[in-house]
Amino acid sequence: MSLNNFFAMGGYAAYVWSAYGISFIVLFLNIFLAVRNERKTIDELKKRLGSNNK
Amino acid sequence: MYKWIHQFGSPKYFYDISLHLSKWVTIVCIVCFIGGLYGGLVLAPADYQQGDSFRIIYVHVPAAWMSLFIYVILATSGAISLIWHIKITDIIARVSAPIGASFTFLALSTGAIWGKPMWGTYWVWDARLTSELILLFLYLGYIALQSAFDDKRIAARAGAILALIGIINIPIIHYSVEWWSTLHQGPTITKLDKPSIHLTMLIPLILMVIAFKTFYIAIALIKTRSEILKYECNSSWVKKILGN
Repeated sequence: MSLNNFFAMGGYAAYVWSAYGISFIVLFLNIFLAVRNERKTIDELKKRLGSNNK
Repeated sequence: MYKWIHQFGSPKYFYDISLHLSKWVTIVCIVCFIGGLYGGLVLAPADYQQGDSFRIIYVHVPAAWMSLFIYVILATSGAISLIWHIKITDIIARVSAPIGASFTFLALSTGAIWGKPMWGTYWVWDARLTSELILLFLYLGYIALQSAFDDKRIAARAGAILALIGIINIPIIHYSVEWWSTLHQGPTITKLDKPSIHLTMLIPLILMVIAFKTFYIAIALIKTRSEILKYECNSSWVKKILGN
């Protein structure tokens, strides 16, 4: 199977790749938001902890 | 059993276990995801009726299954927290709801994209599609409830009641293709006596289902740990973790 055939998806390229595109965006957003929230939480708690100790 | 529940419900215990669990779940997720994508997009032959468009199944079905699975988690955690008042189940339900909503959105949108070439339309108001849309509204209602109350305990209780009432929708979604006539095709996988899908198509699907499930667990664990840290920020073990 050639690479062109693979991307053409038997004429369904627009449907198949847009479905996979949306999936990757949704999965990526889930990862991004979870990791950002974790970093923010740890930063804030460290700051609060630091100011309490002074 | 009761002792075990309380030990599992202890935030520190859960935090420690989840760090180990996260590592393994992430590895399984990545391996299954790569294997499933390669098998589904490259190795599996084109469907004899649907051509290459059937490959949307590898994101559509796992997303749809997870949208139901996570809702059952919401309802189960809701029941547990109403009965035993265990904090950790409140947290798990709260962090799971947005993930479930995103999977429901994914199932609906990939289904619409798949419907256009196969049915000639993005959307029909049939039983399967409508009940899945109601599921999305249940999730959004749950999320709205969580942010509507300042007191997290009241929010959790209200959410638990909504989740338990909404659970009636889950069997409706599952059996909708059998109870009502619909454009949506019948179950492909769960007919174990006579599977209607070839192994080269089935194995990538199973891999993708495992990948989506472990993805959910991995994301939920990260979010749960953040919530535990916030909640337990005055306890000595959290200070120790943040100190180094």
